[in-house]
Amino acid sequence: MIGRLAAFLRIALLVMPLVVAAPAGAVLPQEQLADPALEARARAISRELRCQVCQNQSIDDSNAPLAADLRRLVRERLLAGDSDDEIIRYLTARYGDYVLLRPPVRRDTMVLWYGPAIVLALGAAGLIAWFRRRRATPDSAPLTPDEERRLERLLDDRRPTP
Amino acid sequence: MRRLIFVLPLVAFAAVAAWFAVGLTRDPNLVPSALIDQPIPTFELPPLAGSGVPGLSDAAIKGKVALVNVFASWCVPCKAEHPVLMRLAEERRVPIYGINYKDAERDARAWLDTLGNPYAAIGHDLSGRVGIDWGVYGVPETFVVDRTGRIRHKHVGPITPQILRDEILPLIASLEK
Repeated sequence: MIGRLAAFLRIALLVMPLVVAAPAGAVLPQEQLADPALEARARAISRELRCQVCQNQSIDDSNAPLAADLRRLVRERLLAGDSDDEIIRYLTARYGDYVLLRPPVRRDTMVLWYGPAIVLALGAAGLIAWFRRRRATPDSAPLTPDEERRLERLLDDRRPTP
Repeated sequence: MRRLIFVLPLVAFAAVAAWFAVGLTRDPNLVPSALIDQPIPTFELPPLAGSGVPGLSDAAIKGKVALVNVFASWCVPCKAEHPVLMRLAEERRVPIYGINYKDAERDARAWLDTLGNPYAAIGHDLSGRVGIDWGVYGVPETFVVDRTGRIRHKHVGPITPQILRDEILPLIASLEK
């Protein structure tokens, strides 16, 4: 009993930091804002913005100097009283939609957003049609009397002899 | 109709393969600039002390077709393109303006002293904030600005003699008409 409890505690100790600790990102302590609400907004915005230098990281994750500059900029705009949208617009005006990790839904991004769903729907429709057709057509013609007799004989052969 | 079912996946595959074949030849590090055909940002940068040329502002750039080159002494490809800029400056074809991006004053000065100064004016952007206004993400970057102060072209990476001859000079010629 004690052994099992100890084992549980050991695992809990290993797993806990993974669950409890929020991802730290690349934000340095001196970059953070004193106001926790504003800092939380800054983190949320930063996670949506692509670092142009290491392109598959957000500026929240990236250690690139430009990402640090952009994090500082986001916090400055927040302190100046900008809304989240205003900050996003400020950056897209300079770096284009490419700075957004989630591209906006527009006419020229429709294929990007809905293409996979459409392909999936087409595939599913094709599959359903195929199964339907297979069920509608009988698998085979009924056995002729001749075949019935042959089948009978084959089954007889396999019956164990007493 | 029955045959179509067998041909269709083949056609779809060919289309996707062609799409990727073209995509693979493109450099994913090149980000299209959001500032093409936009007016240059409003800014005012102090001169690089000791360089002997004035600082840079948007007002100073307007009025003539010009090149704006973002450079730094810590940037290795900048060194590669420097002789190209020097030659262009000697021809006095267009003014070349420099934005010295996140560079220590002393380093930038030493760089210009050894390699020469092709710039008619240099703005010292120590914080990189004006760089952000220009959408800079990797030096060197070069912008072609028309007479009205609109950005017409952006080149990311060093300017090679080929790029100067085939892309930048023809564009300048057409803008000067």
